Order: sequence, then C-alpha cells, then structure tokens
Amino acid sequence: MSMLGVSLPGLALKNPIMPASGCFSFGKEYSQFYDLSKLGSVMVKAATLNKRLGNDTPRVAETKSGMLNAIGLQNPGVEAIITDELPFLEQFDLPVIANVAGSTIEEYEAVASHLRNSNIAAIELNISCPNVKEGGVQFGTDPNVAAEVTRRVKAAASVPVYVKLSPNVTDIVEIAQAVEAAGADGLTMINTLTGMKIDLNKRRPLLSNGVGGLSGPAIKPVAIRMIYQVYQAVNIPIIGMGGVRDAEDVLEFLLAGASAVAVGTANFENPHVCSDIIDALPFVLKEYGFDSVTDAIGKGHINA
Amino acid sequence: MKQVDALIVAVEEIARKTIKMDIRISKEILSEIKPGQFVHIKVGEGTEFMLRRPISICDLDMKEETLTLIFKIFGEGTEMLARLKPDQAINLLIPCGNGYSIDSIEADEVLLIGGGIGVPPLYYLGKKLQEKNIKVTSILGFQSSADVFYEAAFQSLGATYIATNDGTYGTEGFVTDVIDHFGLKGDYYFSCGPTPMLKAVETKLHDTKGFLSLEERMGCGIGACYACVVKTQDGESNKKVCQDGPVFEANEVEL
Repeated sequence: MSMLGVSLPGLALKNPIMPASGCFSFGKEYSQFYDLSKLGSVMVKAATLNKRLGNDTPRVAETKSGMLNAIGLQNPGVEAIITDELPFLEQFDLPVIANVAGSTIEEYEAVASHLRNSNIAAIELNISCPNVKEGGVQFGTDPNVAAEVTRRVKAAASVPVYVKLSPNVTDIVEIAQAVEAAGADGLTMINTLTGMKIDLNKRRPLLSNGVGGLSGPAIKPVAIRMIYQVYQAVNIPIIGMGGVRDAEDVLEFLLAGASAVAVGTANFENPHVCSDIIDALPFVLKEYGFDSVTDAIGKGHINA
Repeated sequence: MKQVDALIVAVEEIARKTIKMDIRISKEILSEIKPGQFVHIKVGEGTEFMLRRPISICDLDMKEETLTLIFKIFGEGTEMLARLKPDQAINLLIPCGNGYSIDSIEADEVLLIGGGIGVPPLYYLGKKLQEKNIKVTSILGFQSSADVFYEAAFQSLGATYIATNDGTYGTEGFVTDVIDHFGLKGDYYFSCGPTPMLKAVETKLHDTKGFLSLEERMGCGIGACYACVVKTQDGESNKKVCQDGPVFEANEVEL
C-alpha cells in the first residue's frame, strides 16, 4: 500500500481525505476548483426518501472559529439523487459514500434499499442530524434505537454501513458499542454539537430553527476526545471529522484512532482545502516520524 | 469561478460605515464578470472567521485592472476588512452568482432602484445598460444624509433621485415614494436592497418586468451548502441565492 492509502470496508482509499457530508453537495460545485479524483472519497449530501425543502432562513450563523447550521436536510429525495446527482461523480476515480437520513426506521430502510440501484461504495447512516424535528438525532442518542436502525439498514443495504455518531450524548462509547454489536462496518464521528446564537438587536435566536449544529475548529478537541475514547472500545474503523482544516489536524485525528478523516466547514473557508491537505500530508507524516497513514492510526494512545 | 489573492489598491470611507475598496484583478478575470455578480471574501488569516463575506461588485476598470467593492461595516468581520490597507492582500472567490442578464433585454428606458448597500451593484449594471444606449433613471434610498454615496456617479448615467428615511437628504421616505412622487416609469426595473424594499418595489411595479437581487446569509457561496435558499413563489422548491441568484426575475421567488 502507498504511503497515504487506507483500506476500509468497501473503501479502497488512495488517501484518507474526504469532504464531509452536507458541506460538499454532490461534488459539482467544488469540481470547478480541482480534480475530484484527487480525493480519497466523497461523502455526499444526505438523502431522505422524499424531497425535503429544509428549514427557513437564516440557516447559518458564524461563531468564533466555527459556525452554526440548521439546513434541515434539504435534498431532492433519494431517487432524484440517484438519477440526477450521483452520475456526475462517476467520471472521477473515487468511491462515493452516500449519507442516509430519515424520520422513521422504515424511511431509513427504504432509502438504503433504493441505494442498491446506485454505484455507491458505502453508506453513512445519519442518526445524528440535530436540525430536523423528527428523526435524526433521537436515533443517535438511545443505544437501543441506534442499534435497531443500524440492524435494519444493514439488512436493507448492499454496501458497508458506517454509522455517524452524535456528540450530543452523555456516553458516546455506549452508542458506539451498541451499533458495532448491531453490525455496523464502521463509525463516522462526530456530527455537529448543538448550539445557539442570539441576535442582540432582535433579542431572538439568530437561526430560524433556534438551535443549530456547531462545526469548525471550535469543536475539534471534542471530536479528538470522543474518537480517542471510542477507538479503545470498538474494533471497527472510525472515519473522523470535526474542525479539520490542515494536515496537522489530520495527523491528530489519526493518532486519536481515526483511519480516515473528513473535512467539512473548512471547505467554505478554502474551497481547495481537501486538495491542499492531500498535498501536505506526506510531509507532515514524515515530519512527525511516520512512514504511512496506517502507521499513525491510534498511535496517540498511551499503550500504542 | 476562481480563488485568488488580490492586492488592495485603495480603501476609503465614502459614507457612514461605508467602505469603498479597490483591488487589483487581472483582465482575464474581469472580462468574465457580469453586473450583479459578487465576490466571496475571506476575513483574516486564522480560524476566527470561518465564513466568507459576500460583497457585490460595484464597478471594474479593465485598463487599470481594478475591481471596486463597496460594503458596509455591520460586524466584526466587515470591520476587520475595513481596516485593511493598500498593498495588503485579500483572498476571494470570483465571480460568484448569476448576475443580471442584460444581453437579451430590449428596452428604451429602465429604472435602477437601490437601497443602502444594495446600491453598489446597480452602478456597474447602469454602465453596461448605458453602453447599450438604454436610458437609465436611478432611484437610491438611504437611511439618512450621512449614508448617501455615489450620487454623482449615478448622475453621470442619467437622472438620479435620492430618498432618505428621515428626510435629511432628497425626498423623505422610501424609494417607492420617489416613484410615486415623480411618476417614474421604465420598460424594465432592476432592484437591489433589503427584502422589505424589494417587496414594496415588486408590488408597486407589478405591471413592469423586473429583476431583483437578494441578500441572504451565506455559507460556501458556491451552491454546495444550501444555507442561502429562497422559496419559489409556488412554494414547491428552493433556489440558492448564491448560485441560482442573487438576481431573480420579479415574482420568481417568495420574498
């Protein structure tokens, strides 16, 4: 395997870098900045069974070293995604990870079975979206419910399933173990932390949804801590995310126990960020004494 | 669209909290710009400001290779931009959005209707319309006399009317009051400004074809994050202000 390559269930990654779901749409917009074949993979925008228009605006608010969003899973529905969006990505040499969302277990199942008719390499099971009234986060906060939705989606899907964990829980290890036992092939973590910003002039929450999901460098220490804890407690691979914006951040995630790393908010700051990180990563690995990405995974642990 | 580092040529406060910034942009990029498009500017070097600021393009000069931006200081981000000095660099995505499509327009005379920080993009638009020998009448609304800018520039394009909310300059009231008061008409209108103003203009000029440029809080600025959406009037779908807009036909979207 090459210096940057990583092999995960369903995903032969030439490098560990991928844009995070919700920050990259279905790739078209960013393809005007660089060749998407350069990426390890891409996590595309969440799919629900039917079209969703999402929340009212304002949907985003800047916060110190971060941002809040409450998009509300706007998407054209899984069939339209398969027909109109995913074919664009076939011209690139990269495995695609579809993000599956829903309001009921049946909806999650249905979206996963529709995706059997597509060329995706893996599913990211979104049981942690904080911005929709029904579904989303409640599936990710109760270990029994999280296990049940994982089991059902595993049965419906034709590709490996990575469960996206919510950080908005008391004990993330318990959830991680529950979905592992239910057959998850891997984990992605962390989703956004719930937060709020109040407009001083209007004396009201700035986002129309009130609450939003906090992302960006502000949440990186939380992500690192949670990955560190979960890595010690499970035997399935982790794709890490939360505030990554350079190759040093990526190395920190690898040391914590992530096998690959997704980049979200930083794409808005610098549309070339994933490409820049891929260029810098070999040098950063060398600088800190690693011969490869796989060599660094989990090496931040005391007994590593 | 490109991501470029551009050198600042000049920074000037031209009205209350209103900054005019000239930056150096190559001919190649300037030649791609349509009136009504915007740039998405990175604020600062570190991680403090993670979201870029969308700022509409006010003017450009192919010979000098400069682009003129006018923005208002609203918060810490724009305040930081306003403190930048000539010879410092800023990073921007350019050009963003669709702009006003004026190639297909057949008109003898048009109205430009701007409010506050919605005024700047109408200037480059007015210049392009003038090149097509279309008569331009401008109606510009501001809070107060201290906020008025670019009156002379617009006068060079054609008749220009100013409205201020407090009556300290020009006609007291809103741009729609000016339209009433002077009985202004055009074959088309082009408007940019706060949503309540756009709504009032759309209602007032419901028999005239028009184009509206919207403001919304943005994330990526390129159509990937779905932050800055607006519903179509049938309520069936969303348009992205940054990518499908910021310019929409009147009555296309729900204001």
